[in-house]
Formats: sequence, structure tokens, C-alpha cells
Amino acid sequence: MPTPERGGAGVVPPSPARQQWPLWEVFVRPRRGLSHTHTGSLHAPDAELALRNARDLYTRRQEGVSIWVVRSSDITASAPDEKDAFFDPAGDKVYRHPTFYEIPDEVEHL
Amino acid sequence: MTTIAEPSADRVQAEFDAIIEADQRIEPRDWMPEAYRSTLVRQIAQHAHSEIIGMQPEGNWLTRAPSLKRKAILIAKVQDEAGHGLYLYGAAETLGVSRDDLLDLLHAGRQRYSSIFNYPTLTWADVGAIGWLVDGAAIMNQIPLTRCSYGPYARAMVRICKEESFHQRQGFESLLTLSRGTAAQHAMAQDAVNRWWWPSVMMFGPPDSDSPHSGQSMAWGIKRFSNDELRQRFVDICVPQAEVLGLALPDADLAWNDERGHYDFGEIDWSEFKRVLSGDGPCNRQRLANRVAAHVGGQWVRDAAMAYAAKQAGRAATAAPEVVVDAEEARHDADA
Amino acid sequence: MSEPLLDTAVARYCLALGDDALVLSHRLCEWAANSPVIEEDVALMNIALDLIGQARSFLSYAGEREGAGRTEDDLAYLRSERDFCNVQLVEMANGDFATTMTRQLLFSAYQYELYERLSSSADTQIAAISAKAFKEVTYHRDHAATWVVRLGDGTEESHRRMVVALNAVWPYAGELFDPLGSDPSLGGLVEQHVACDPVSLHEPWSAYVTSVLAQATLEVTTTTWTPAGGRGGLHTEGFGYLLAEMQHLHRSFPEATW
Repeated sequence: MPTPERGGAGVVPPSPARQQWPLWEVFVRPRRGLSHTHTGSLHAPDAELALRNARDLYTRRQEGVSIWVVRSSDITASAPDEKDAFFDPAGDKVYRHPTFYEIPDEVEHL
Repeated sequence: MTTIAEPSADRVQAEFDAIIEADQRIEPRDWMPEAYRSTLVRQIAQHAHSEIIGMQPEGNWLTRAPSLKRKAILIAKVQDEAGHGLYLYGAAETLGVSRDDLLDLLHAGRQRYSSIFNYPTLTWADVGAIGWLVDGAAIMNQIPLTRCSYGPYARAMVRICKEESFHQRQGFESLLTLSRGTAAQHAMAQDAVNRWWWPSVMMFGPPDSDSPHSGQSMAWGIKRFSNDELRQRFVDICVPQAEVLGLALPDADLAWNDERGHYDFGEIDWSEFKRVLSGDGPCNRQRLANRVAAHVGGQWVRDAAMAYAAKQAGRAATAAPEVVVDAEEARHDADA
Repeated sequence: MSEPLLDTAVARYCLALGDDALVLSHRLCEWAANSPVIEEDVALMNIALDLIGQARSFLSYAGEREGAGRTEDDLAYLRSERDFCNVQLVEMANGDFATTMTRQLLFSAYQYELYERLSSSADTQIAAISAKAFKEVTYHRDHAATWVVRLGDGTEESHRRMVVALNAVWPYAGELFDPLGSDPSLGGLVEQHVACDPVSLHEPWSAYVTSVLAQATLEVTTTTWTPAGGRGGLHTEGFGYLLAEMQHLHRSFPEATW
């Protein structure tokens, strides 16, 4: 089968300061009268592609749907109240920040 | 920033345990034992990798689908698989890993994907067999996961299960059509089932006696039923379905056991399972090579998109204040 | 125009519309599991799915008007190279992602103008299919434009690849706008407001494509070479391989149902 052009197989080049597509959160309002609900996240390099990808991934391009995309890093989350088993001094971000966890190279199966 | 006294280690563990005990959901920022987190990262990531790798054996028949209807169904299925992979990577990322890191681990062979996809799709009937058996087994694993203790994973599973059951029905229907078709089509269907049955049965993992981590996963509400339980359930469901299909399951020991209220089935060849799992199945090298090639080959595209985004950001910074925050703009559109 | 002649003309017209969509959908399927980023696997399969839907609608209708009992599958799987009426543009090999997106931009921008006009075709079936398809190709066109801009105005490498892609793909766009009248059996359809003459689509198409390329920091290519012939069943050498792969299984089981 004719294949599209691809790079060499096998060795993955080491990732230095490789640029990753940032993470975005997606909010969808499925129809008029309802409010936007958080449906998940996706990666995109910019807002336009984030919106397009969100449409493909979370709505299958149904009509009458409204989508918001926001960079995950732009969201500020509430601090936990004392009753919750919760303490995070390093920031009020939605998710655990990736650099909190360093995975040593020799760890198998993560 | 508010100053909250850090709760004691005992207290956070107790609160975590209480949430699990009450069958409620752990959310991304809750305290969780490190082993809970790392177990979930591995499980969710490997689930995501399975969806992505799974596009290969199915995609193998897109350009040769024998009718436009079947072609459309298969395109939709492959598209769904890519989407499921993305939902799952999203869920994994809430635990503090990036998708790129997870993909690196897959490409380096340090994270796995479901071994079932290391088998080749040799005929059109394989596509139907995968729908009936592989998706069937996956659904059996996935429905309990919709009640998994980790919120983002459970929610991703709800979305996935809705779509997956559709695929299983399509696969079953395709096999039925073949089985009732010409003699050659029937033979094709039977041959596919002969090759996919045992690997599907193995999808539920090693026997309980050989599964050391299961206990902890169950205690954490990640796993709801044991491997053997799910496997038995799968066999019990498939036997009558095979009868409807008019296809034989390649197991001479399959027999209804009145006492147990289940079907007895034959010995699984665990040495094959281990062999394929460890990298020596028919398609392991090919699957990974294709995956790596797509990723490496696409680097220039991803880089271009990032470069453009950076340029745009630079332009916006120097331009007149016409810059609109994404959410703002979207809100205007929504209210229009 | 007499009824039978009209039937034949409409059938032939729809065959071409269906073939364009069918062949491009097939090419896009080759990207499954091979796309540069997983989001594109989703997007490209989405486009492929839309296109095959258009193909099925047009081919079914063509078979109906032809009145010889040919189904969408008969038309897709049992015709040979010389009987396919798609333009050569859609049968081009995918090449790299730049080539694929260039092809998509040029073709979807054409379908955009085409379906917009055909939505008010005097033939209600063509109008209905086109109205639905118009929404779909609006999305396809925007998707391709989004990528052409990013690749053209991205890195040096992506820009270079886009230049190569444009040079390769551009000459094939010309065939999209060949007048309908060059096929005598189709001439009357324009007067009857059933079909639209592709010549009329060229200006708006050109305006749109030029603006996208400008945004992408790419220059509109000029070419003296204008390959054509697809509408008349004269295809590229690669097309035979495409059909062989697409049709082999179906042809191997005559009279079988799938």
C-alpha cells in the first residue's frame, strides 16, 4: 500500500527543550439553555487549532454546540479548604504540574 | 496565597481511604498515595497507547473495504479509536505527566499496549472478528472502569463505552453477513474466529493466581473484578453469540457446566501470551516501528505549528490592542 | 432536453461529483495511524468520512438516474479506470503532509463554491446532497487553510515543503474549472440550472486561495502545464494501483454481500 512520506523508523531522537503543544481545557455547551461544562483536555499549538480539535474530538461537529477552549495554565483553581485532604503550596493550578514528578530513567513501566 | 497548615500524613491517607471506602471519586488535586498515582498513570497510558496502536490493524483494511458502507463504518471506527486515545491521554495528564513523555515511553518500549494488537489482520473477516471479540472483551473490561475511583479516568471511560458498544455491534453484524454469505465468505469468517478467539480470551490478563498487583488495584477501586471473573463472563456471553453467528469457537473443551453455572473452557497457552507480551508476537516490531515513524516523521509539522504560534504571539504583542482572549471571544459567540 | 437524455446527463454529472469525493476519501484513508499528530488522525478521518458520504449519495443517485440497476457499490467497485470521471487532482499520491494539505485546500475550496451553487440546483436531489455537503466542505476548506498558513509561515523546513507541494499540486487545479460544455452530454444541464459551469467557480476560488497563500507567505504559482483528462477517463498511472487496491476484494467475490 502506498504510504505517505514518513521519517526514519526506529530510534526516537532525544527530547531536549522540545516544544510541546500546550494543554487546553475544553468546555462545551451542548445546546441552548444549558451552561458550558468541562468535557476534557487536548493539545494544540494555538487557540484556533484548539477550537478545531475540540470540535472534532468532543462534539463530532454537531450543530448548535458552543465550545470554549482555555489554556490550562490560564485557569486558576480554588485553594482547598482545610477539611479536604489537600495541600499544594506550589500553585493553584488545575492539575498536578508535570515538573513535580521526576521519573528516573531506569524506572520500568513508569 | 493562603497559608494552610500541612495536614499530617496520617490524616491525608485516612481521608483518601475514606473517599475510596465511600466509593466516591478521587480528583486530580486530591492527595493520593504515590503508588496509586503511578499505577493509574501506567494503566491509563497503556490504555491510551492501545487505542492508538489499535488503529493500525484496523486501518490496514480501510483501502480494501469491500463495500462503501463497510468502508464508512471502518473510517468512523478508526477515527473513534484515535479520539479514545486522546481522551485517555488527557485523563493521564491530570496526574502530572505530559502526553509527549508517555509517547516517549511507548516508543522506547517502556510502556506497553494491549497485546491483542500484535496480531495481524490477514483477511477482511478479521475486521469483523476484532469488532465482535476484541471490542467485546474491551467493553467487558471498560464498563467496570466507568466506576473506577479516579474521576477523570472514570469519566473518559463513560464516553468511550458509549462509542465502543456501537463498534462491537457493527463487527458482529459484519461477521454474521459473512457467515450467512457465500461458502468462501463463511470460511473466511470461521478462519478469522479461529485465529482471534484465544488471543481475545487472553486479553483479560494472566490468571488471578498469577496476578500479584490485582489485589492492590482492587483495594484502590481501580479494578472492580478479577481477571478470571471477567474472562469467564466473556466466554459465557460469546458462546451463545457464536451460535447465532453459526461459527464455531476453536475450543474442543467448551462445555456448559451445570454445577458451576458457567461454560468450562480449555487451557490457555500462557507461554504464547508471555511471548507476545515480551515482544515476540507476529506484529510487535512492525506496530512500534510504524508508530515511531509517524511520530518522528511528523515532528516538522508539529514544530511548524509551534513556530507559527510563537510568531503570532509576537505579532499580537507588538500590535494595537485588538488581541482578544480566547474565552472572551467564545463567550461573545455563544451569546450571539 | 428529452427525459432519457436528461437522465443520462444527470447520471454522468453525479458520477463525476461522486468519483471526486470517493477517490479523495480513499487517499485520505492512507493517513490513518500515520498522521503527524494524533489530532490529525481524527481530523483527516473525519474529512474522509464526510467525503465518502458525499460519494455514496452522488453515486447512488447516479445509478438511479441511469436506470440500469447499478448500485453505489457496482459503480465504485466494478468500473475500470477509463470509466471513472474524477479529476486527476484527487488521485494524486498523498506525499507529505504539506502536499496533502495543499491538495485539500485547492479541492475543498472548489467544492465550497460548487456546493454553494448546487444547493439551489433545479434537481432537488442534487440540491439536498449539496446543501449538506456544503456545511462539511466549509469545515474541510477551513481546516486545510489553517494548516497551509501554519506550514507556510512556520519553520524554514515547513515553508520549503509547502513551496515544493504547491509546485507539484497547483498544475492539477486547472482541471477543476474546465467548462462543462466540453462534454457534449452535459451541456444542457447548466441551462436547466441543474448543474453549474465550473468556469464560474474559478474567480471566487482564486480569490480565496490567493488570500490564504498570502497569509501563508506563499506565492501563487504560475504554470504553463495543465494536466487534464480525468473527467474523460484519462487518469494518471498511479490511478490504476489505487483502483486495484480499492476494488480487488469486492471483485474477488462476485455477487457477494458484505
